[in-house]
Amino acid sequence: MLVNVDLGYLLAAILFIFGLKGLTRPRTAVRGNMLGALGMLVAVVVTLVGADFSVTFILLGLVIGSAVGVTLALKIQMTAMPQLVALFNGFGGGASALVAGAYLVTNVQSQSSAELIATAASGLIGAMTFSGSLIAFAKLQELRFVGNIRFSGQQTLNAMLLIACLVLAVMLLARPESAFIYCVLVLLALVLGVFSVISIGGADMPVVIALLNSYSGLAAAATGFVLSNSVQGQSAANILIIAGSLVGASGLILTRIMCAAMNRSLANVLFGSLGPTRSGPDDDVYVNVKSTSAEEVAMLIEVARRVVIVPGYGMAVAQAQHSVSDLTKLLESKKIQVEFGIHPVAGRMPGHMNVLLAEADIPYDSLKEMNEINSTMDQTDVTIVLGANDVVNPVARTDAQSPIAGMPIIDVDKSRTVVVIKRSLSPGFSGIPNPLFTAENTLMLFGDGRKAVVDIINALKPD
Amino acid sequence: MQAMNTLLLLAEQTTSSTQAAGSPLLLLTVFVLAIFVGIEIITKIPPMLHTPLMSGSNAISGITLIGALLSVGSRHPTEKILGCVLGCLAVTLATTNVVGGFLVTHRMLGMFRKKD
Repeated sequence: MLVNVDLGYLLAAILFIFGLKGLTRPRTAVRGNMLGALGMLVAVVVTLVGADFSVTFILLGLVIGSAVGVTLALKIQMTAMPQLVALFNGFGGGASALVAGAYLVTNVQSQSSAELIATAASGLIGAMTFSGSLIAFAKLQELRFVGNIRFSGQQTLNAMLLIACLVLAVMLLARPESAFIYCVLVLLALVLGVFSVISIGGADMPVVIALLNSYSGLAAAATGFVLSNSVQGQSAANILIIAGSLVGASGLILTRIMCAAMNRSLANVLFGSLGPTRSGPDDDVYVNVKSTSAEEVAMLIEVARRVVIVPGYGMAVAQAQHSVSDLTKLLESKKIQVEFGIHPVAGRMPGHMNVLLAEADIPYDSLKEMNEINSTMDQTDVTIVLGANDVVNPVARTDAQSPIAGMPIIDVDKSRTVVVIKRSLSPGFSGIPNPLFTAENTLMLFGDGRKAVVDIINALKPD
Repeated sequence: MQAMNTLLLLAEQTTSSTQAAGSPLLLLTVFVLAIFVGIEIITKIPPMLHTPLMSGSNAISGITLIGALLSVGSRHPTEKILGCVLGCLAVTLATTNVVGGFLVTHRMLGMFRKKD
């Protein structure tokens, strides 16, 4: 029987790996995700069949969990995807911390020191993931009670909390029978999770979510080490470790990509102080701003051969993606080429813009990465910037003193004409003015993103 | 992909010999090799699919569900009721993570279509 269980877990591990591999192309991605789900199903079934269980409580948990999961997954708006991923992340991390705790109270005698280290790691990372993700969720959901809270000595406090957690981990090694120590460790880790995420601003959310994603995987892997000495857990340890480390690696890579796309180090994102550096009206910074109308933009586009649209999170806020899709279809029917230039950190999580545009029925072959679109920018007749700001700010290229210096940007200023659709001249998250707005070839179309696009469509249509 | 082969071989070896299964060093080897496999695969995933990757891999990290199942299922005396309660809570949380994660990823990927 035990052999079958082992083979089942091995199959699950293979399915996870092929599942992730499927995600390398849109064409195979749906199947890849299904393979992953199948792997999980195999692992669960093998576990339930392989052990002599009383399954009543388990079934209750499975039913409630499934019901909540299905409801959330089907109800969620695509704009709210980052929140949902953060929430699920938190649940995974929380579950890992709970499992480690449950093992501590039931298997005290048999825990070796390696497993106790794993227990402490699982509790620390799991609990941090849980509370950090809930804070990230609350911030993304824009719940009122979590602003960007910063206070002096915050980093010292975080460092002290972390040290306290490590001390408790050592204490747990000495006295494994004391569940109290584990409880305090988890409690401190929860506080640490809250304080380390609460000060991070909206633009840095993609990094935070990717990092939390990595943590939830590492917590699962740590839980795998915890299981390794119990009778039934021996076989399960491997699958937890393999799946957990795959996810841990994935999150780390995404974190690194996001940091590179902002030209900042991870430490700078987590502890740094980039943020609105000044307040007050910014309008006086700008002279010679050329304001335009939807009709004028329509005339420009009509004679264009190639149009590039650069969306930012502002597009999602204005719910303009469906209107953008309509505009795209209209232009393509007029034999005008339309492509989208997507910056890696556009949106609130890695790849968020692509999902929003795909939902609006824009084919994925029109969605171009930053490097690809930049190489064709000088052959572009009209570029429409919609709800993006810092990621098209040429200062990143020109001014070495600027806070965003060196950040890779989409070179919209190299296209023949740039149309920036924006409510006002207010700065982006970096808080610095954008000289693009006053550039020779830039026209500002002030107003709500969706309404502006609809106006352009109406002006284009011969009625 | 060499790392992957080694990993699968190792996973098989570790699980098939019960004596070695608890050895922390072998588990650590599996852990490190799996990270290399992860890095090798994930770096090939295009930015376009990063959101589905996150929600899908997130669902995979719900593998902790297996640990939760075992912690509830393992027989223990009644005074360990605390372990059972913690385990049940963990099962619920992990199931939400797994089911919701895979389903929402499926929903997202369904929206990606090629130009016709």
